Amino acid sequence: MAEVFKGRAFKFGDDINTDEIIPARYLNTSDPKELAKHVMEDADPEFPKKVKPGDIIVAGKNFGCGSSREHAPIAIKAAGVSAVIAKSFARIFYRNAINIGLPIFESPEAVEGIEEGDIVEVNPETGVIKNVTKGTEFKANPIPEDIRQIMEAGGLMEYAKKKLGLKEG
Amino acid sequence: MGMTITQKILADHAGKKEVYPGELVMCKVDIALANDVTAPIAIKQVKAVGARNVWDRERIALVPDHFVPAKDIKAAEQVKMMRDFAKEFGIKHFWPEGRVGIEHALLPEQGVVVPGDVVIGADSHTCTYGALGAFSTGVGSTDMAYAWLTGEVWFKVPEQMKFIYYGKRQRWVGGKDIILYVIGMIGVDGALYKTMEHTGEAIRELPMDDRFTICNMAIEAGAKNGIIEPDEITLEYVKGRAKRPYKLYKSDPDAEYSEVYEIDVSKIEPQVAFPYLPSNTRPVTEATHVTIDQVVIGSCTNGRLSDLRVAAQILKGKKVNPNVRCIVIPATQEIYRQALKEGLIDIFLDAECVVSTPTCGPCLGGHMGILAKGERAVATTNRNFVGRMGHPESEVYLASPAVAAASAVLGRIAHPDEVVGSEN
Repeated sequence: MAEVFKGRAFKFGDDINTDEIIPARYLNTSDPKELAKHVMEDADPEFPKKVKPGDIIVAGKNFGCGSSREHAPIAIKAAGVSAVIAKSFARIFYRNAINIGLPIFESPEAVEGIEEGDIVEVNPETGVIKNVTKGTEFKANPIPEDIRQIMEAGGLMEYAKKKLGLKEG
Repeated sequence: MGMTITQKILADHAGKKEVYPGELVMCKVDIALANDVTAPIAIKQVKAVGARNVWDRERIALVPDHFVPAKDIKAAEQVKMMRDFAKEFGIKHFWPEGRVGIEHALLPEQGVVVPGDVVIGADSHTCTYGALGAFSTGVGSTDMAYAWLTGEVWFKVPEQMKFIYYGKRQRWVGGKDIILYVIGMIGVDGALYKTMEHTGEAIRELPMDDRFTICNMAIEAGAKNGIIEPDEITLEYVKGRAKRPYKLYKSDPDAEYSEVYEIDVSKIEPQVAFPYLPSNTRPVTEATHVTIDQVVIGSCTNGRLSDLRVAAQILKGKKVNPNVRCIVIPATQEIYRQALKEGLIDIFLDAECVVSTPTCGPCLGGHMGILAKGERAVATTNRNFVGRMGHPESEVYLASPAVAAASAVLGRIAHPDEVVGSEN
């Protein structure tokens, strides 16, 4: 049984780029805890202080555009954000989120129907997104079968380990 | 049904006769590269699974270029991790400072990437190599680690977009203006997940450096890759550089495209992208009221020799405006040396520019030219997002080297004709 994610919604606009998610001035480290301290800082300087474990980012189109830095989904995950819901995702961010195990959901309707501070519940298995505050329900676009297989293996490196017959070093 | 150049390259690398948009394929990789920001995460992943070997030590490229020469202790440790990894795993392509250049200028110049390749890079501007007629795209560090171990990467075959360019370019208009114009037209997600194939008579006339610039910024429209069919100009460039055999692919006449755009380049003026998106473009003549504090001429987008030549042509015999600092960064050691030989560096120094060793530096707000609160820069780089070059309340205006150099002289955004005069 997959865990259901539940938390407060933080809303952001269209084209939130990786420089806003984690500015390059902090890229001299890849330590998730350090990165989490500055997550979304250039989009909302107060966000790192406000965000609590379980909270959910709700954003417009093309979320995560720009750089290939995996630091972006890593920072979001390390800050305790349980899921990101957006109208659409930039392609490298989409890959990276899947590869590191940050749950992401595409649903333009849900984004329209959720306001800042609403309590939101997401079921990763069914893709059902509930706005608990407003009592409304949405369905995320389904994740393609092949990509779900990578997710189910526990991410790309787990998949690689099985494939190559490697053990933890 | 015919296939495009992108489909043909992907099909060959997936061991299939044909592939079509939407299909998920596992492809063999020719070159997998990472830099000092993205390699450390990939290295940690490779070590975490206990790997003792990589898939092919000659097919991995490690390019420390973002924060080098190391800007601080943490950056130094990231580069050291790369150096140690290169040594331990016997990675052939590793360039330390003094030999390194900006990755997307360096790898084609050194013939490490060649036409027909599938290249992945843990850097979003990896799409640059499409200018050689290769399929190349940016991925993250985990994809990179996976490729280093297996030599493979998964792709969804992208939908194909075609951009046909015709007409004669106006003076000062180059690859940068063309791609900014297109991004302004289709938006920062106008090519999301898709291929941008550039073709037509105006592309055939473009020198390699301009083609690299056009493919470099495919990601700024959200594209998976940008690509140009190889021709005599490509072969001229590749000759004497290619370190491996290469293969030339062409699109079939009956290949299918989801969108086709026709663009008359004679109508394109020099372009400027206003903050805070590369799609926020205007002709330079509508931007000349903007005063500036800094100019950056360099980066994987516009730090090549012809970029420095056009900047020098404008700066020759002039001084950088007293209110402006102008930072010039040749993208590789070879470009730097050639610029020295041609007297370009003298021109920059006479004009009172800063000239730096190759680094990505200011482009991503790393070092070597960070903006203070409220400052404005004209840069030949690729992104003008909030805080990209420094303080979140600073501003970056993207433009060509010609517009950047002219702006450096006048202290405001300027058309190159304002400095050189349209008669010369």
